[in-house]
Amino acid sequence: MGAVVDLERLLEQRQVWRGRQTQVRPQGLQPTGHAQLDQQLPEGGWPVAALSELLLASAGCGELHLLWPTLARLTSERQRVVLVAPPFIPYAPAWLAAGVDLRWLAVIDASAQEVLWAAEQCLRSGSCAAVLCWPAQADDRALRRLQVAAQTGNALGIACRPLQAAGNPSPAALRIAIDARPAQWRVLKCRGGQAPSTPLARPRQGR
Amino acid sequence: MLWACIVLPQLALDTVLRDRDDPHTPLVLLGGPTQRRVLQAVNGAAAALGLRAGQSLTAARALADGFNCVEADPARIEQVEQMLAAWAYGYSAQVSLHYPRTLLLEVGSSLQLFGSWAQVQARMREQLQGFGLRQRIVLAANPVAARMLANAHDGLAVTTPEQTRAALAQLPIERSGLPGEVAEAFARMGLRRVQQVLELPREALARRFPASVQLHLDQLLGLRRLPLAFYEPPQRFDAFVELNFDVESHEALLFPLRRLIADLAVFLLGRDCGVQRLDLHLEHAQGQSTLLKVGLLSAERDAGLLFELARGRLEALRIPAPVRKLRLQVDDLPRFVPSHQGLFDPRAAQAQSWEQLRERLRARLGDTAVNGLSVHSDHRPEQAWRSAEAAQGLALGPLAGQRPGWLLADPQKLAPSTFTVLGQPERIESGWWDGSDVRRDYFRIETREGLRGWAYQDIAQPGQLWLQGWFA
Repeated sequence: MGAVVDLERLLEQRQVWRGRQTQVRPQGLQPTGHAQLDQQLPEGGWPVAALSELLLASAGCGELHLLWPTLARLTSERQRVVLVAPPFIPYAPAWLAAGVDLRWLAVIDASAQEVLWAAEQCLRSGSCAAVLCWPAQADDRALRRLQVAAQTGNALGIACRPLQAAGNPSPAALRIAIDARPAQWRVLKCRGGQAPSTPLARPRQGR
Repeated sequence: MLWACIVLPQLALDTVLRDRDDPHTPLVLLGGPTQRRVLQAVNGAAAALGLRAGQSLTAARALADGFNCVEADPARIEQVEQMLAAWAYGYSAQVSLHYPRTLLLEVGSSLQLFGSWAQVQARMREQLQGFGLRQRIVLAANPVAARMLANAHDGLAVTTPEQTRAALAQLPIERSGLPGEVAEAFARMGLRRVQQVLELPREALARRFPASVQLHLDQLLGLRRLPLAFYEPPQRFDAFVELNFDVESHEALLFPLRRLIADLAVFLLGRDCGVQRLDLHLEHAQGQSTLLKVGLLSAERDAGLLFELARGRLEALRIPAPVRKLRLQVDDLPRFVPSHQGLFDPRAAQAQSWEQLRERLRARLGDTAVNGLSVHSDHRPEQAWRSAEAAQGLALGPLAGQRPGWLLADPQKLAPSTFTVLGQPERIESGWWDGSDVRRDYFRIETREGLRGWAYQDIAQPGQLWLQGWFA
């Protein structure tokens, strides 16, 4: 018989994949702040030092509600969060009400051609905890660059793209589609685990 | 007191070479009157063609073909000497340019800071190599001895007057810095070494030779002092590079720019200050020169960073006419405070600080591209936020209604029957004091696609709804 192998450790290192995950896992390093979503994700939250993709049915369809708890947590830990070329003006009172410490938030205006460059610089620099970008056009190669930059800079990269891009292959470690009607999140891809097949109903804003 | 002497034997040629990025093409330095041009110095590639310093240009042309000629430029050499003095000022407060192509600096009092002389010397040599300058370095007990020993030695270090005297005694008389005819007279008398001259009785020497000879010998031994004018760093930086052809592309300007900024960084390090605003003049053959201003948010002095920032600004510039000369001017030299970092900072391994990143982004995207976000206490939605990184504004206390996360820069007309209104309106009526007053009823709406928006109706013109934000 070989050496006694600690089963727990194997599971932790994800060398053994368990078909049905029933037990409650410890909280991940970058929880999303939505308990149900964290449950579905293999790392218990955002993939650390990697690119995540949000595929939006339409700009403004609920991405902030998904992101705010994370941004609030990071800024309250005095870590910098950068928004690269957001499609609208981030409305300060609402962001403040969501718990985001605005002193640690930076907004970068960049033209459509410069968005990817700016996002890559921010991710790579290592001085930003999270970088959110809204690239107008991003192909497979551009996203791979962002993914590598996020890994280098140990940052949380989040790219918001239209839902039409869901069919294209992507190197992002996590892909979440946000549907407007019905209001739900669908995890399309998550590294290190199987994407859950059931969509997750999301709470609505603006009630 | 210990004096280091740095002789730069090929300063003129090295100065030309460091302005060019093609070290392997044959190059000669020309001097002399127009009728008889003479090769003052040649580089390695030109020497391989058989060219020698001292040849006339006609002879050189007969010997070889395809070498570049450059006029010796005394003003440029002067500029490099000033730069070197600023560099040496980082090692010692007493730096003198008394002898041409030579730096004299008192290092005895600097060794406390820099460690042993061997370390200082190694560091100086490494930096001078980095500037592209060949050098001979000698350490002696007085400045004149250091200068004269450098004629015959490289790397010699004699620290006591006795050792200095012993080293001087072995110096050939023609290398001792005496005027040519005096050295020749000594040689004809059979005196080949300084030792033999020093053994002569003073009276005999004084009778036969001018007083300056005895003075020089005394200064050599440190018996009398040589009055030295010390270098004082200027209050501003001004340097230029003449381009020897018309430059119209950005790429061709980058090499001279890198050189200028490297010189600036040396100067800043010597002065122990930083730079926040630099002016780059692109001078054209005709007409007004183009001015490129590079402004930073905080003082910096790292050559790589400054170059990259200047490059970002330069590449965005449209060059109107061919450039002949690149000039870098800095008038304001603020104190440089290096940013400090906690040892246990979770992001201590970062390569770049946020300040540096911000400068990089501003350099490429424009000065106003990077903004903060803050709350302004006003009820009007378009006035309730500021993009400047202001002090944390006072929020208006608990807000009556919910506010959307995204605000549209310009409100959009909503076509009727594409949405449904949710809940009760909220009235916002404010701003009568500054002219842009609003009287609006705000509604929460849901579009047909299922998006939640924030729209208003102007009380003066009811009926039309304007979309102003998204509850994302």
